[in-house]
Amino acid sequence: MGKYVIRRLLQMIPVIIGVTFIIYVSVYALGDPTVGRCGERPCPPGYIAKFRADYNLDKPLIVQYLLYMGNLLQGDLGTNFFGNQVVDELASRWPTTLRLGLMALVIETVIGISAGVVAGIRRGKFVDNLVTVSTLFLISIPIFVIGSTAQLIFGVRLGWFPVTSTQGTTYQLILPAFVLASASLAYIARLMRANLSENLRADYVRTAKAKGLSNSRTVGVHTLRNSLIPVVTYIGIDIGALMGGAIVTERIFNINGIGNFLYRSIRLKDGTSVVGTIVCLVLIYLLVNLLVDILYGFLDPRISND
Amino acid sequence: MTDTTSSDSVIAVTIDPTGGPEGPVSAPEKREKARSLGSDAWQELRHRPMFWISATLIVLFVVMAAFPQLFTSKDPYYGDLNRAREAPSPDAWFGMDSQGYDVYTRTVYGARASIMVGIFATVFTLVFGSLVGIISGYRGGWVDSLASRIGEIFLGIPLLLGGILFIYSFPPSLDEPLVVSVAKIALVLGIFGWPSIARLMRSSVLQVKPNDYVQAARALGASPGRIISSHILPNSLASVIVVSTINLGAYISIEATLSFLGIGLQPPAISWGIQISEASTIGLIRAAPYLLLFPSVFLSAAVLAFIMLGDVVRDALDPRLR
Amino acid sequence: MTSSLGAGGAHTVEILDSRGAWKPLDGLLLEVDQLQVEFRTRDGVAEAINGVSFDLHSGETLAILGESGSGKSVTAQAIMGILDSPPAFITGGEVRYCGRNIFTLPDEQRRRVRGPEISMVFQDALSALNPVFPVGWQIAEMFRKHRGLNKSDSLAQAVRLMQRVQIPGAAQRVKAYPHQFSGGMRQRIMIAMAIALDPAVLIADEPTTALDVTVQAQIMKLLADLQEERQMGLILITHDLGVVADVADRIAVMYAGRIVEQSDVFEIYARPAHPYTKGLLESIPRLDQKGKVLAAIGGLPPSLTRIPPGCPFNPRCNYAQDVCRVDPPPPLREVVYHRLAACHFSELVLEHSPELQVTQTVDDVQAALEYGPEPTLISQHDRIADAGPGPGVLP
Repeated sequence: MGKYVIRRLLQMIPVIIGVTFIIYVSVYALGDPTVGRCGERPCPPGYIAKFRADYNLDKPLIVQYLLYMGNLLQGDLGTNFFGNQVVDELASRWPTTLRLGLMALVIETVIGISAGVVAGIRRGKFVDNLVTVSTLFLISIPIFVIGSTAQLIFGVRLGWFPVTSTQGTTYQLILPAFVLASASLAYIARLMRANLSENLRADYVRTAKAKGLSNSRTVGVHTLRNSLIPVVTYIGIDIGALMGGAIVTERIFNINGIGNFLYRSIRLKDGTSVVGTIVCLVLIYLLVNLLVDILYGFLDPRISND
Repeated sequence: MTDTTSSDSVIAVTIDPTGGPEGPVSAPEKREKARSLGSDAWQELRHRPMFWISATLIVLFVVMAAFPQLFTSKDPYYGDLNRAREAPSPDAWFGMDSQGYDVYTRTVYGARASIMVGIFATVFTLVFGSLVGIISGYRGGWVDSLASRIGEIFLGIPLLLGGILFIYSFPPSLDEPLVVSVAKIALVLGIFGWPSIARLMRSSVLQVKPNDYVQAARALGASPGRIISSHILPNSLASVIVVSTINLGAYISIEATLSFLGIGLQPPAISWGIQISEASTIGLIRAAPYLLLFPSVFLSAAVLAFIMLGDVVRDALDPRLR
Repeated sequence: MTSSLGAGGAHTVEILDSRGAWKPLDGLLLEVDQLQVEFRTRDGVAEAINGVSFDLHSGETLAILGESGSGKSVTAQAIMGILDSPPAFITGGEVRYCGRNIFTLPDEQRRRVRGPEISMVFQDALSALNPVFPVGWQIAEMFRKHRGLNKSDSLAQAVRLMQRVQIPGAAQRVKAYPHQFSGGMRQRIMIAMAIALDPAVLIADEPTTALDVTVQAQIMKLLADLQEERQMGLILITHDLGVVADVADRIAVMYAGRIVEQSDVFEIYARPAHPYTKGLLESIPRLDQKGKVLAAIGGLPPSLTRIPPGCPFNPRCNYAQDVCRVDPPPPLREVVYHRLAACHFSELVLEHSPELQVTQTVDDVQAALEYGPEPTLISQHDRIADAGPGPGVLP
């Protein structure tokens, strides 16, 4: 088991380097980092020269990158257009987004797994078809459509939830959390259903029946454990989708979180903030994936006990 | 005496959802012929209503993208400010938006951007991903390791974040033709999409290459190109088709999301994402919800059609569901 | 009934007596009576089992032999009650265990028969064992669920069983997972799980097909030992004639969902009474046939959705006459004392056995002179086909 963990950690390092390098290069080296800093017009040459000196853009690319990484490791993501530390901006908005994300995670896990199990057990029946069709719709309809429509129906028309969630209280986050969780919920339900029905046809289920075990035990204990494992892995990948979805959801419901911050930084062409936020998010994503991989090793004995 | 031909499936795949040369075969005949995976799949697909629904929708949208004039005679760029925010009427089926444009016309023209992005991005990932996958599967060694690591890196950036990042760095500008903007976005999506196709092709190569019949073919002088086209491509065709179809739907969805966030295509380009973005300010939602509704329905239907098709084809090709 | 195992443990194990309800009469454990099973699929109704009947006594080994699709596994699963329904439906017949029809038992009671009384071992132990639970846990599950033992007691029982089936280092490996064992070891684990509650009947569905030949022999010996020790009735399902010869007392040969021949092992090998059995035996390659063409039964088994009328074997049979192609199929009848066969021409088949030199017609004598003292098998095929029915065969 220890070997497995170390192997995954080592595999992660080149990926982190590669990812941060690509992010850095695409913003600073390939694009024009001074764009938008001087209003609508291109910046004067003197400004550009100073800018390049300040941001080490005159040095060779590798050195630039290393300097940037050095700062990063010290927790310095740079100063943005408005003179604020990017790190501070992120830190102040972090709790709201975290709350939104966790709520979405709980919703999608509970509802997704339950729906998937029910559909998997009663394959071919009405419940199964209902789940299949509804999840198909949830996956297909883009999240901003779901969000805008939900805002219209539940916020404006029915008035059950506030139309915007500027204060970020938990009640205000309920509707956005459901919106954020919608697509992932659908994926989890489908994954669970597919796994469960596949496992129900596995040979070891026949053996369990031949042992005289009850139906509930065969499904609840033997197949469920096998079926849950890929779902756990999926949740790791899902964090990335949740991050992207958070940008849209926070924009629609006007939530003061990291997603909204990223959105506004993009509109204002605040390069430092954009890069800083994305680097931060991607690193978190990679870390979560690593943790999920390790967890997977614990759950599936075929992986860890090799 | 009956002959002893094997009735197992041959892996010759000729999937032609629109009804290819194999066509429907009558029932007793079907049982005697060796059933290829393709004709099996076609038999399955014919009976599923989801297949026909999604295929019809796709054809509809493709035609709409190519020949929007068939669906509307109006000019999408002609705006009459006096009629701004008009409700739907027999003259303007979906109403008018804030600048007096006819919503129905703009929605119809909006199909073009979405379908183009979807097709370009899918073609790019297919070509590039397959190349990388086949080469890394064939060569193995450091080429394979390098390609896998690079693929992992691109997979390590969530699609939307990556899209935002690259588009931010290379924004479509206002004075370039639609095709170029679309190509830019498609390229960005493709950069993050190719690893999944590459993986599929690579594993297909790894599955097929060690087989004896491949060794035999090589001994007989078959070039790698021939081996690839006769053995590896058919083996992987099923999964590649399913994944690409579903990805196409996802690309349309993401392009619209980028446009919604104001990052992707910019006005005066017409895109469903832009329409929905303009329609979803709080004031407008209250006053004129139809501005939101119609483009949303079209967009959702387009994405749904592709994802549904991919789903249905996957179920039909899955030998375990027989 | 308490069970004291001499081999592995020195202590006597008290097993809660549920056998009280089930007592075999005169050692007759299992009676399968005219079993009918059909599979309803989109391509039609497949008649998988068409009137199968046999008995099983204590301490007896019955081998069920047949090709793929003959219905042997379906029979076993029908007895166990683990067929997936739909698409399988038991449309007729009874299975009596210790005299009681177990098909009519309510679910709850049926489950208490399945496992503790009649248990089954499957072919591929890697897929038949749950990959995410330790083997000891899976064996112990029998004790936890059927006997109400607690975790540590049931685990101790599991270790004892693993020792009995000769898994080295059982106490340490009880927490290991199935994929960490070799094929032969895994099969032993399955056997341990099956005999855990001392069942009266053990059904082994191709237990050695997936194993190497040397491991095969070990597993078969283990099964034989266990059976001897516990006086279990053993039903051995296989397609391998070689495996059967050593272990079985009686053989039932199945074809297209019917038993076509049933008799003592030795008798069948010496003198088959059905053309199908004859064909099977003749298709075994023999050293003294080196250089000659290998005999095989031409054609394929019928699709179970369209079984030919009359005798299902008639398209491939060298003895087939018009009567064979007409309904009803020949009944399973006693052709010789204690030997059952389902063929209109069993007597002729008996006489045409390679071991017996009795020839029926002048042609046969001539052929024997032409081809030498040991007629080749191919020429026999041809002669039978050319010669037509011998005297005394036509009704």
